[in-house]
Amino acid sequence: MPYTEATLQLLSTDGTLVESDRTAEYRALVDRLTDDHLRLFYREMVTTRRFDIEAGNLQRQGQLALWIPSLGQEAAQVGSAFATRPQDTIFPSYREHSIARIRGIDPIHIIELLRGVTNGGWNPNDSKFRLYTLVLGTQTLHATGYAMGIQFDGKVATGDVATDEACIVYFGDGSSSEGDVNEALVFAQSYQAPQVFFLQNNQYAISVPVSRQSRSPLYLRGEGFGIESYQIDGNDVLISYAVTRLAMDAARSGDGPRFIEAQTYRLGAHTTSDDPTKYRESSEEEYWKQRDPIARFEKYLRFRGESDGFFEQVRQEGEDLASDIRRRTLELTPPSVDVMFDHVYTDEHPVTAAQKKWLQEYEASFGGHA
Amino acid sequence: MSENLSMAKAINFGLQSAMREDSKVVLMGEDIGTLGGVFRVTEGLKNEFGENRVLDTPLAESGIVGTAIGLAMRGYRPVCEIQFDGFVFPAFDQIVSQLAKQTSRHQGSQAFPVVIRIPYGGHIGAVEHHQESPEAYFAHTAGLRVVSPATPSDGYHMIRQAIRSNDPVIFLEPKARYWPKGDVDFEATPAPMHQSRVVRTGTDVTVVGHGAMVAMLLDAAEVAAGEGVSLEVIDLRSLSPIDYAPILASVEKTGRLVVAQEAPGQASVGSEIAATVAERAYYFLEAPVLRVSGFDTPFPPANLEGTYLPDVDRILDAVDRARGF
Repeated sequence: MPYTEATLQLLSTDGTLVESDRTAEYRALVDRLTDDHLRLFYREMVTTRRFDIEAGNLQRQGQLALWIPSLGQEAAQVGSAFATRPQDTIFPSYREHSIARIRGIDPIHIIELLRGVTNGGWNPNDSKFRLYTLVLGTQTLHATGYAMGIQFDGKVATGDVATDEACIVYFGDGSSSEGDVNEALVFAQSYQAPQVFFLQNNQYAISVPVSRQSRSPLYLRGEGFGIESYQIDGNDVLISYAVTRLAMDAARSGDGPRFIEAQTYRLGAHTTSDDPTKYRESSEEEYWKQRDPIARFEKYLRFRGESDGFFEQVRQEGEDLASDIRRRTLELTPPSVDVMFDHVYTDEHPVTAAQKKWLQEYEASFGGHA
Repeated sequence: MSENLSMAKAINFGLQSAMREDSKVVLMGEDIGTLGGVFRVTEGLKNEFGENRVLDTPLAESGIVGTAIGLAMRGYRPVCEIQFDGFVFPAFDQIVSQLAKQTSRHQGSQAFPVVIRIPYGGHIGAVEHHQESPEAYFAHTAGLRVVSPATPSDGYHMIRQAIRSNDPVIFLEPKARYWPKGDVDFEATPAPMHQSRVVRTGTDVTVVGHGAMVAMLLDAAEVAAGEGVSLEVIDLRSLSPIDYAPILASVEKTGRLVVAQEAPGQASVGSEIAATVAERAYYFLEAPVLRVSGFDTPFPPANLEGTYLPDVDRILDAVDRARGF
């Protein structure tokens, strides 16, 4: 049972709102959300899950080298992503598919990354959604440096939340043991960087349970660095939104970094190369299925009177997205060889230029019959 | 305007001028602010530019380079100081897997103009991890540029060039050459950062080196001249990319090449030069390319560094062997 007395929650597993003094300020934020906001939360969670399943299928059919599912983590991601403001910068790990979509990234670019078409996929300066980072925890330091830059630019603590900036970095329970994460916490707190550390605790690294990473709840790590830290029910999209919203606004207001541990669960495998039956009990999976973030939020919306037609419409959007992604995945072509050479350096470089030329001549030597 | 300066001071002036020219240049490192760095290379800069541009960072090398990458994403041009050569390895992942590959990963949407200054090499009698020559690790890594000045003049001009470069630059400062003085002409048009340079002409054997080894090669050339042997000395200046044109032109003339370095010889910059010259100047060579290197051992206790590091005698021994073919 990963939840503790500290776990903040607004939406119980049966889809009803929970009242408590500790969550009153969050409740107030959520009460200001319109029906359209709530529909958007739901829509992003459902369509991303459908995309996620389709991508897994594509991998099984040999169309992708690998797929990294986010199944089960939609509430933590969607709530926190909608909590950012447009001027904020997001540093993902590699499983933040819904956040990418919310920031306007065409998910085909994520597919390209896992099909071996690109090592990047999008221009992060357009979306303020940085590239996926595959070496665990390294991006936390990039986020801290970026946040220090926000400070040096004077874009923090001017008192205007519409222009003051912050950044948020996503990482996991496994990464929390990496040195880089701990160094990022040191730097962020030392410089009071406008940064939110968002730890999705999905209970497992690949196969190793979180108990091997830490004997105590991970939000206490943040506290140990002197950073104000929270543990939330990561399968509750409303608390994820509200706690992140206040944390980001605190950071942009010059109050320094914040740390959020979202208790969630990876319903699927770590990647398509993984086999969770070797290290997880079915009873545990059942426990978490009862806490599915989408089912819970759907119940809540139905209590609020959302129509069957809406749910059917979103389901259909998911189907459309999945078939569109499938069609476009099959149409993807390998990148030009130029991709290998052209941007190794920004300025001219004699070695890559010479090797590119050599390869062109070598291939031409086959007279087009290579 | 010309001034007689130590390399430490020349680099200090180079950093100062780069910071005056571009407000996005920030310095980061351990003890570089109030103290001015353990070698005083950043002395006085915090006073002039303030603590937001000269950052006394927490003591964490991966943290320094990792946050520098983030600052570059924000449009800054960070210059990191790694306090000593042997302390760069905690930052190895951030340098090799992140900094070096970011430009390619971003496919043109973002440049990463980060300079990593590393005081390196022996001859200072220091404890373990303070006298190493780690250049091969970085020269092996695509996406990085690796340079090493051998004179105060190059110290001044090359640090400015490195900061202006839009690519990551590993800037190796030979500790043994921090204090000897030399003329620095601030207004001179410097040679391109990656150009290698003939610093003494000769006819019998070409000797190539970088950093502190250049002065050693010049000493060796002086001794050899007394014995009637003429050495042509080339200062590599850049270890990635390597400018082969002056080396090949010299070998075409002398037919003999000795490559000297403090680093161990196994899979080293010297090995790369030997292989390339063998490929590209085979018909001009009168003898195999010979390497003079540190031994393939950990850097020894400082009492033995004089034995470990190539000296004039070992260079001249190789010159003799090359001439013996």
